[in-house]
Amino acid sequence: MAEVLVVVEAAPGAAESGPTVKKVTFEMLTLARGLGEPAAVVLGAPGTAAAVADRLAEYGAQKVYVAESEDVDRHLVAPKAEVLAALVRQVSPAAVLLAGSQEGKEIAGRVAVKLDNGVLADVSALEADGTATQVIFAGSTIVKSKVTKGIPLATVKPNSVAPQPAPGSPEQVPVDVNLSEVARKVKVLERVAEQKGSRPELTEASTVVAGGRGVGSAENFKVIEEFADLLGAAVGASRAATDSGFYPHQFQIGQTGKTVSPQLYFACGISGAIQHRAGMQTSKTIVAINKDDEAPIFELADFGVVGDLFKVLPQAAEEIRKRK
Amino acid sequence: MKIVVLVKQVPDSGEERTLRSDDKTVDREASTKRMNEMDEHAIEEALKLAETNSGEVTLLTMAPGDATDTIRKALSMGAHKAVHVTDEALHGSCAVQTSRVLAAALGKLEWDLVLCGAEATDGRVQAMPHMLSERLGVGALTGARKVTVENGTVTVERQTDEGYEVVQAETPAIVSVWDTINEPRYPSFKLIMAAKKKPVDTYGLADLEISAEEVGLANATSQVLEFAPKPPRQAGVKITDEGDGGVKLVEFLASEKFV
Ligand SMILES: Cc1cc2nc3c(=O)[nH]c(=O)nc-3n(C[C@H](O)[C@H](O)[C@H](O)COP(=O)(O)OP(=O)(O)OC[C@H]3O[C@@H](n4cnc5c(N)ncnc54)[C@H](O)[C@@H]3O)c2cc1C
Ligand SMILES: Nc1ncnc2c1ncn2[C@@H]1O[C@H](COP(=O)(O)O)[C@@H](O)[C@H]1O
Repeated sequence: MAEVLVVVEAAPGAAESGPTVKKVTFEMLTLARGLGEPAAVVLGAPGTAAAVADRLAEYGAQKVYVAESEDVDRHLVAPKAEVLAALVRQVSPAAVLLAGSQEGKEIAGRVAVKLDNGVLADVSALEADGTATQVIFAGSTIVKSKVTKGIPLATVKPNSVAPQPAPGSPEQVPVDVNLSEVARKVKVLERVAEQKGSRPELTEASTVVAGGRGVGSAENFKVIEEFADLLGAAVGASRAATDSGFYPHQFQIGQTGKTVSPQLYFACGISGAIQHRAGMQTSKTIVAINKDDEAPIFELADFGVVGDLFKVLPQAAEEIRKRK
Repeated sequence: MKIVVLVKQVPDSGEERTLRSDDKTVDREASTKRMNEMDEHAIEEALKLAETNSGEVTLLTMAPGDATDTIRKALSMGAHKAVHVTDEALHGSCAVQTSRVLAAALGKLEWDLVLCGAEATDGRVQAMPHMLSERLGVGALTGARKVTVENGTVTVERQTDEGYEVVQAETPAIVSVWDTINEPRYPSFKLIMAAKKKPVDTYGLADLEISAEEVGLANATSQVLEFAPKPPRQAGVKITDEGDGGVKLVEFLASEKFV
């Protein structure tokens, strides 16, 4: 069976433990099993593979290609694309999957040009014959598409596939890193983590409590945070809320923010514009709290409360505490 | 400093959008046509950089012939001139082909910096600046929420999931921006009038020495096979808070085993 290359998406992680694998990688490894033999590709600083190999084995990687170098880590994207394109030429995989993240899409684009190969963005499914499913236009249209030049090269939309473990013991295969001058044009001088704290990662949380313009101020976001903490949830925000400075931008949900697909989503003081829905409408259960009976968010809410969020949320919190 | 800003015409992302039933390309007549919102931020940033570095801003777009309105609107923000790449043969081109055409057009222009949006709201491919970087051999600094240019060095704060990265390259370079970078200006009446007279050069494929066999739907590197509207979510229960909305909400959560 031909190999399917899965480019590992990792988060920096703590200094002691090193990088951690993002959930979308497990989703891609699960998807890859239907297409061929999943082979993970680690592109990063020395030590990355050692930190992530166990997790990749757990999710069915049959092989782990390891391309590690300081040069890969210290330059933006281009070195990763160069190494990946060389690997594709070398092993002729059945398909190449990358995360549907900023970096994944950028690497995919560069590889597409290098190999003169088509590229599909944000696929939610991929069949063995190369037919991909994409949900486009803010979730309104389902498309079946195909790469017609070259091999299936796709970025996979996070939260589209349920990750399933398939433990194995992959061999690690070192990959040479020979970079051109051009690949080293953009230097990464610094990486700054702004968020963190104790809440779960927004895109991976099983419950998300989001606030919009209706929350009214940065100060008032405490109401959202307290409710989230009671449920062990992540906190999100609409663009109106981040633009108004109520909440930091990296927590924005929607077309130009993050896409979330939790089991349970709370939209509090959010009207439900198309661009906001684009980032949350695949949530399993949606709860909306809004003063305006006509707010479009109610069209997709499984449970809607027409009311003031500053009354409804504290009362709900009290009731939950009572029941605990 | 010479700056080129890439501007894409897209169907308004706040409206219903669809594909054409005949050839399954984006239906550009079904929704209001407008400039990709993110590109307005690229123009704004270009104008700011031009103001402090006595620069000149040229807009570059590849779009059907009827994009002139969008181009005039974009010019009314204050850019100096525009280049419109248009050719019947371009219809249905994929991202890889579009990058081939834009790279050829950029090859005919003089620039220190190319600015563009981080993504277009129609395809959301997010790859154009890196595709161009690959073709032109210059660095791409993408996803900027802040850009500074000093003595031929571009420094960018690149927005990431975790926070940001500081990335740097020499000019010439390509920079893409998110909408967090600035607040685009509203064109003044004077600028709107002036925009009507600004030069717009039109390039066809022949001007770029690209053959029709390299572009267009028939030669695209990916293709839409079929499409269908996604059934909308069904609304569930809606109650009005009469003093017990919070309790009722928790009853719902309990019935679904969330609490
Ligand atoms: C290119 C583009 C990209 C975009 N990307 C995104 C994106 O990624 N994410 C995003 O969210 N938006 C995005 N938008 C913006 C989007 O169109 C909306 O403007 C935005 O989602 C509105 O946010 P909101 O619902 O918080 O604010 P509003 O639409 O102002 O709604 C506030 C709601 O709060 C309710 N409310 C007020 N007070 C209370 C109270 N005390 N209790 C209960 N309810 C109350 C009101 O009834 C109202 O419905 C984008 C727009 C464009 C053009
Ligand atoms: N046809 C086009 N003409 C001009 N600029 C474009 C075109 N397509 C993409 N771009 C630019 O590339 C950016 C990213 O687009 P995309 O890679 O399609 O998401 C857009 O915001 C535009 O600035």
